[in-house]
Amino acid sequence: MTRSPSPSRRAGSGPRHAVRTSQQTPRNGSAPAGSADPGAAPGALTRRSRAQGRVRWELLRNLIRKDLKVKYKGSTLGFAWSLANPLLLLIVYTFLFQVVFKAGVPRFGIYFLAGMLVWNAFAGSVSSACGSVIGNANLVKKVRFPLPVLPLSAVGFAAVHFVLQLLVLVAVVLALGYPLIGGGLLLLIPAGTVALVFTIGMSMLVSALSVRFKDTPHLIEVALVAWVWLNPMVYAFGLIRNHLHEYTWVYLLNPMAIVVATFQRAIYVTSTAKKPDGSTLEVLADPGYLFYLKHLGVAGLISLGVLGLGVWVFRKLQADFAEDL
Amino acid sequence: MPPISPAPQASPTQASPGPAHVGRQGGGAANASISAGALPTGAGSARGGAAAAGGGPVVIRATGVSKKFVSYHKRATSLKEMFVRRGGLSGDDFWALRDINIEIHRGQTVGLAGANGSGKSTTLKVLAGILRPTSGKVEVNGRIASLLELGAGFNGELSGRDNVYLNAALLGLTKRETDRLFDSIVDFAELRHKIDDEVKHYSSGQYVRLGFAVAVHVDPDILLVDEVLAVGDEAFQRKCLAKIEEFRQQGRTILFVTHSLDLIENMCDRVVVLESGKIIHDGAPAVGTKLLRQRLGSSPTEGAGAFSQASVRPETIGYSASPGGPAQMSFEPGESMTFTVGLEADPGHPERIAVRCVVVGQQELPIWVMKTPPEGIRVPDGFSQLDFTIDALPALLGAFAVRVEVADAGTGTPITERRFHDLFGVNGSHGEGLVKVDYEARPRV
Repeated sequence: MTRSPSPSRRAGSGPRHAVRTSQQTPRNGSAPAGSADPGAAPGALTRRSRAQGRVRWELLRNLIRKDLKVKYKGSTLGFAWSLANPLLLLIVYTFLFQVVFKAGVPRFGIYFLAGMLVWNAFAGSVSSACGSVIGNANLVKKVRFPLPVLPLSAVGFAAVHFVLQLLVLVAVVLALGYPLIGGGLLLLIPAGTVALVFTIGMSMLVSALSVRFKDTPHLIEVALVAWVWLNPMVYAFGLIRNHLHEYTWVYLLNPMAIVVATFQRAIYVTSTAKKPDGSTLEVLADPGYLFYLKHLGVAGLISLGVLGLGVWVFRKLQADFAEDL
Repeated sequence: MPPISPAPQASPTQASPGPAHVGRQGGGAANASISAGALPTGAGSARGGAAAAGGGPVVIRATGVSKKFVSYHKRATSLKEMFVRRGGLSGDDFWALRDINIEIHRGQTVGLAGANGSGKSTTLKVLAGILRPTSGKVEVNGRIASLLELGAGFNGELSGRDNVYLNAALLGLTKRETDRLFDSIVDFAELRHKIDDEVKHYSSGQYVRLGFAVAVHVDPDILLVDEVLAVGDEAFQRKCLAKIEEFRQQGRTILFVTHSLDLIENMCDRVVVLESGKIIHDGAPAVGTKLLRQRLGSSPTEGAGAFSQASVRPETIGYSASPGGPAQMSFEPGESMTFTVGLEADPGHPERIAVRCVVVGQQELPIWVMKTPPEGIRVPDGFSQLDFTIDALPALLGAFAVRVEVADAGTGTPITERRFHDLFGVNGSHGEGLVKVDYEARPRV
């Protein structure tokens, strides 16, 4: 609402200044290339938005690098810890589920890691996205910058680890002489894309909600613990099918479930295993490709919906971040 | 010299010529004809010092901006609250800003002053786009850099070098630009020997030096500065001020919050004074600082011995452009102005009373006096208002208050008097002295 005459001395002089000047005198010399004056010349708008996109991208890269630097600062092995982590898990889980519990899934460690790495990337992104805006309160309150880079940097941080850990896993699989190279590896592309879209959507959603509703991080923390079990990571996919039969598709509505299953198809490859009693255990959801592509398509649509929701909520709430923090 | 000379020089304090001054004076000259034309009519278009630099295009325009803070405990911050008290949120909201209208022109240096809690920082944050106004609109034209806190976003674990890159990225520089500016930033901060140390080992002075160095290298069109210059040692403050002065010379727009009245008088073309979230003055720094001094120094009590027993008591004073118009505190010479005295009369007061209104300046110096006709006026029982209207204010410069004296018109015996602390300002364009006098200086031969 704009109240009519202001107490300041503006009332009379308003119309004179109403001429919006679009021709700004460009400052010569020191003006950096990226700082295209708004509304300068035709084409300036696209140039500016491209420059802004570039700035955002570099800011994102800077933030991710900062997180990585801060995390590994002072540790002798630095990044090697993150790479050693999956190897350690591989040994522990192989021992636990193959020697102690005899889960019946051969090469259990590989099976488990194939799904777990992508899940960890997702869970890690979402839980650190919860604190991404809150943790940078000082910045949000004092500097104007594109705020979506905060949750995105949480995703990027997790993505960097994920990619490197995946390479380690692939190297291990190849070193152990298991089958891997084949068309199935191409499934990683759509699965990775769906995972990325879904992760970004969820991260933006929870980062914005966490600012406004302080309960969100606690809720997410609990939800993620439960959510682990909704993915076929420590159990074989056949188990689900035995229980749900024709309703298995409901289980696969969880985008992470089909993403995990696809990663297993791509990396673990072997689709069935012989049980000690002679029957076969369906370890993977399907030996072919089509099943995965179909369900990934559905999951992709759901992920896009979540992304849309996340962006919408973030946009809606971000103007009040500085006040809510 | 022509008889009417609004003399719209940017500010009497700045004499050094620079490339930006050409543009600014050009703008001033264009404006001069307008204000010269407007002056005799009293339309009030001449805006003194502010109008002088106002030749450039508007780079910041805030229209009817208000900002309400909802007190924390009233806000649904948990999911439970959202469901339990849906729509039931009301209570002690706090209006940090009310109906702020500011237009800032390219090349102006504007000071933002006022007591603590008057809304200065909130204004800056709203203009910087960090806070969303509850109502109203903010338009900004050009690259804006806000120095609300120096070194905001520095990470103590990282080296100075990394922090420079990170901070520059936050402020909107690309890596290539930062590469180019890096040496200049480090030299400005005088931290070459420590640039690869972790920032947590910096002293607080070194910390803000690096923060300021990055911020000013962002090459902003518009610089918003909160009270950040108060930190750092004397040498650093001088350096910061020199940099800001350099920005001025380059014709950039600067808006800064300060409590230093000297700084306002020396550096600003214009000052905006806030009080409880409202603009009470927008114009000449000389007037603004006087207003501020009296405002901050004056006590709120308005004691008058026999006042409460008097049968007719002046209760309120109001300043506006016309009778019944909105309250206003800052006026231009040539404008019309109405003083409204609110009188409270008890039953049995003298039939006719005489009211005398003395406009006083500093040290209670009477500037002019306005009186009711000799036969007096009739006032009804209860509250009534009396307007004194001036068609065209004289060319004065300063902040003034009013003393109202009431007497029995029949006998001439004084009833009571009251000195109001409410001030109004007149933004004369002449920069110095109370009145503007046209004169001629000529050596006699």
